Amino acid sequence: MATESNSMNTIVPNPMLPQPFAVQRVRRETHDTFTLELSPSEKHGFKFSPGQFNMLYVFGIGEVPISISGDPTRQKTLVHTTRAVGTVTKAMYKLKRGDVLGVRGPYGTQWPIGNALGNDVIIVAGGIGLAPLRPAIYQLLSQREKFGKIVILYGTRTPDDILFRKELEQWRARFDLEVHITVDRAMSGWRGSVGVVTTLIPKAPFDPLNTVAMVCGPEIMMRYTVTELQKRGVPTNDIYISMERNMKCAIGLCGHCQWGTEFICKDGPVFPFSEIKSLFVRREL
Amino acid sequence: MENLENIVSEHPFLKGLDPQYIQLVSGCASNVRFEAGQYLFREDEEANWFYIIRQGKVAVEAYAAERGAVIIDTVEEGDVLGWSWLIPPYNWHFDARAIELTRAIALDGKCLRNKCEHDHNLGYELLKRFAHIIEQRLEATRIRLLDLYGNGK
Ligand SMILES: Cc1cc2nc3c(=O)[nH]c(=O)nc-3n(C[C@H](O)[C@H](O)[C@H](O)COP(=O)(O)OP(=O)(O)OC[C@H]3O[C@@H](n4cnc5c(N)ncnc54)[C@H](O)[C@@H]3O)c2cc1C
Ligand code: FES
Repeated sequence: MATESNSMNTIVPNPMLPQPFAVQRVRRETHDTFTLELSPSEKHGFKFSPGQFNMLYVFGIGEVPISISGDPTRQKTLVHTTRAVGTVTKAMYKLKRGDVLGVRGPYGTQWPIGNALGNDVIIVAGGIGLAPLRPAIYQLLSQREKFGKIVILYGTRTPDDILFRKELEQWRARFDLEVHITVDRAMSGWRGSVGVVTTLIPKAPFDPLNTVAMVCGPEIMMRYTVTELQKRGVPTNDIYISMERNMKCAIGLCGHCQWGTEFICKDGPVFPFSEIKSLFVRREL
Repeated sequence: MENLENIVSEHPFLKGLDPQYIQLVSGCASNVRFEAGQYLFREDEEANWFYIIRQGKVAVEAYAAERGAVIIDTVEEGDVLGWSWLIPPYNWHFDARAIELTRAIALDGKCLRNKCEHDHNLGYELLKRFAHIIEQRLEATRIRLLDLYGNGK
């Protein structure tokens, strides 16, 4: 299976020129993670495919790539979920309703929803990695009857770090979806699972030979997840991961995101694992 | 007892064990049930059992003076809990507490240790199975130490 190509056009005529978007709503998700809802122009809305990202520009501070975490069918709000880790994302954390942010995009490849038609789907997310997968989950659920089993496995550090907690609870309550959450450690009030996300894979109910796996999280988490999926018998061709590297132009010009022969900004961020497995285990690039 | 023997022989942990050994192991087995909140064992107590969890969920906890009880692992249906019965001085290293109603098969470690001393083939078969579990837990612990969800900094 190959990655579906990015069929979406950018909404801006000059792909290097950020467009001003107003912050409509700020939601604090965890102690360091927040969701911004931005309002695109009335006329165009904002079209994107699950897995794609935007370059977000905090004026006067800098620009960072952030995946889109909202529902692709709702074009009237553009949603991004970000963890505040450094200069730009910490400045972004301070934005309030009415503040303006520069946006260019959407860029990059998408999750292989089309390839998953008729198959089981397993989604494995680690930490903030659930954010880029959420649009894929929305899309899968909007056409639920077209897929076999849908299993979501989510791992994070502690119960307080669980992202989209309410939504996960709603998904878990559905009878046509399997949602399993595990944390690295918890205090004794926690009634869920403790252990790394990879430990959920051996028991997850999916048919490995007819499954498309979508994996997103830190590289180290993805590496062990892929190994565990392979041990279960999922063919390498059917495993997709989303890679993160620093971006500058995001359109394949500057070489900043070059990863071996690939540019993560335009050949990724979603890659079939089979295409990049030799790069994935290489120590120096 | 026949019922228990069936359950023991069907369980993935003991599957494939020679029927004569299944019978021996089943002789050390009993059905147990723990209510939510009940401890299966406490740190430092003598470890004379291990458990094959049939239903429910058990938290393995360590007590840290400043933080209270921290859950470091959970085991559930299909998992095996406890190997301290196999390794001297046969004391539990952690607390194990049922998070929800848990049904399990308890295997008497003292009884099994005796049987293994008399029949090293049985001992080797059991050791191979426990080595696999110990390896899985060690691997999971190592992965966790890598700070799987952060950037490791
Ligand atoms: C395609 C793509 C999609 C992305 N999607 C998202 C998303 O949806 N949500 C999101 O929160 N982030 C996402 N990121 C990561 C995000 O771009 C970075 O966290 C951001 O660029 C950091 O910029 P900064 O100026 O705040 O930090 P910097 O000042 O550049 O870095 C400060 C410190 O944070 C560390 N750091 C940088 N990035 C990360 C990271 N990802 N995780 C942990 N520590 C980090 C650095 O090593 C450094 O120590 C994505 C990245 C790419 C390439
Ligand atoms: S960010 Fe410039 S080539 Fe990818």
